[in-house]
Amino acid sequence: MSEDLIRVEHLSKIFSTGFIGRGEKIVAVNDISFSCKSGEVIGLIGESGSGKTTTARMVLKLLAPTSGEIYFKNKDIWTISNREYYRFVQGVFQDPYSSINPVYKVKHLFSNISNLLKEVPKGELDRRVKELLELVYLQPEVLEKHTHELSGGQLQRVLLANCLLVDPDIMLTDEPTSMIDASLRVVVLNVIKELSEKRKKLVIFITHDISQAFYICDRIAVMRGGEIVEQGPAEEVVLNPQHAYTQRLISDVPKLKRKFELSVEA
Amino acid sequence: MATEDGNILLQAVDVKGYYETPEGSVYAVNGCTLELHEEEIVGIAGESGCGKSTYGKLLMGYGKHPLRMVSGSVTIDRVNIYDKPWSERKRLWGSLIAMIPQYSMNSLNPTRKIQNLIIDSMKEKFRSSVSESEILERAKGRFMDLGLSPTVLGLYPFELSGGMKQRVVIAISTLLNPKVLIVDEPTSALDVSTQRLLLGLLFHIVKRKIVKSMIIISHDIASLRQICDCMYIMYAGKIAERSPMESMIDQPLHPYAKLLLGAVITPEPEIRKRRLDGIPGAPPQLIKPPASCPFSERCPYAWDLCRSLEPPFLEVEPERFVACWLYTKGGATFERGFDPSRTLK
Repeated sequence: MSEDLIRVEHLSKIFSTGFIGRGEKIVAVNDISFSCKSGEVIGLIGESGSGKTTTARMVLKLLAPTSGEIYFKNKDIWTISNREYYRFVQGVFQDPYSSINPVYKVKHLFSNISNLLKEVPKGELDRRVKELLELVYLQPEVLEKHTHELSGGQLQRVLLANCLLVDPDIMLTDEPTSMIDASLRVVVLNVIKELSEKRKKLVIFITHDISQAFYICDRIAVMRGGEIVEQGPAEEVVLNPQHAYTQRLISDVPKLKRKFELSVEA
Repeated sequence: MATEDGNILLQAVDVKGYYETPEGSVYAVNGCTLELHEEEIVGIAGESGCGKSTYGKLLMGYGKHPLRMVSGSVTIDRVNIYDKPWSERKRLWGSLIAMIPQYSMNSLNPTRKIQNLIIDSMKEKFRSSVSESEILERAKGRFMDLGLSPTVLGLYPFELSGGMKQRVVIAISTLLNPKVLIVDEPTSALDVSTQRLLLGLLFHIVKRKIVKSMIIISHDIASLRQICDCMYIMYAGKIAERSPMESMIDQPLHPYAKLLLGAVITPEPEIRKRRLDGIPGAPPQLIKPPASCPFSERCPYAWDLCRSLEPPFLEVEPERFVACWLYTKGGATFERGFDPSRTLK
């Protein structure tokens, strides 16, 4: 058994709103634990408000947990410097328009992240950027464009290429294909899958779309109201769900081979 | 398509609609034919930018600057909608044909109660010939049909859940029992449980004859598959294939339909058994559409003819229409001696 790359133990996050003492408390993530190894694709699925993104933000050190620990290679992530941590862990966020500064061109994004890679010569870096853009089916011309000149799907692919530039061990992707059309979505999912299979990356794949998670994930954790209600191998969770919530969620997804039983009554 | 069929409700023949821009015309809908029968639910599927929403607008007679209806005709219940002046068309919208545009549930004015929204929209239509109480009476009846409590009439839009807002929008659009209802992307931005309820509701309003037939425009083929009888797949402003739903799912004919359906991911066991292939590349620019088959650039089966001439839209099997050279006489089916429906996997 190889050692766990990321281990999350009893992680919770409580947000407070309103005045101190009088406000409400919102439990966004409630005592979740999971661990993952390199070469795996882990799906975190759930409907909106289930705490998927909050979990991702904590793993990315963007949000301090209320309680619980996250370990990267058996080291508490809060003891690792950001510079060090982001060499190994990178994220792709949900809304590509707010992930990129609209004032700068796309190439600025790549030159920013390349600060993490001081030792790599410039020419080598440019070659790598081109390669990565090719990997996600983009032309090198996108480097000279601003965000408003690209579609949501193109930007999401730019971000994917961008996070690959540092060659991280762990990639956290939050709805990375939400704006990509069906015909290209599969292509991007295949790219992500290959990263884990061939280059032994750990991918934490966050989505509300069970179908996509089913297609690329090795293991799936189903979240609801901040808790993991069910986790296990993707095939088992999706084809033979045990928890009532997972069962309902999966039965409500439209299938191609089978039709819903639709009653004429409202 | 048989034109003499008695129960054809909507017939669109070779519709072309362009957007006029300073850079030139964008050929958004470039010769699309569609037929809708009574009690039928038709789905129009395609990727973003293929012209499906524009086609929906043109089908209802909404050719307004910068969109221009260039040629073709749309006949709804024996009324040629483009023969009518704008003011007349406005009168027909709602009773002859109605549309629920994309994101319409977010367009309810948050400062007005639902009943005022309904009264406003009906007053606009009938001036003073109908009283407010009559309108409300009717709205109550329709709300009941759709499983909404009449007390919703007294609420503000922000007090309703997403599913309830969708029902309100459907109730307003169907208040005058339109013959044809066009629904644009009804399921986007809803969670799966609400999506399922909504599909049931759309099915219900056709089966209960609240509307006579329906056209659903969506990129979500798995959702369309649940309730549509027949499906049109659009690509770059053209219809690639029209087939009854079952045959489209089991054995799509057009290479694009085949590849697109092959890229649909669902939580079914087959999905994990093999690697799915997407369609690399991008659709052509519609500001200068190619003279060739629009899909030839990305099509793995394209040959010389495909790259030089646009294929006709022909009935190749009963009820099945395809615009592809592989299925025409003199095309690959015969010359190269293969049946693409078997070789394409």
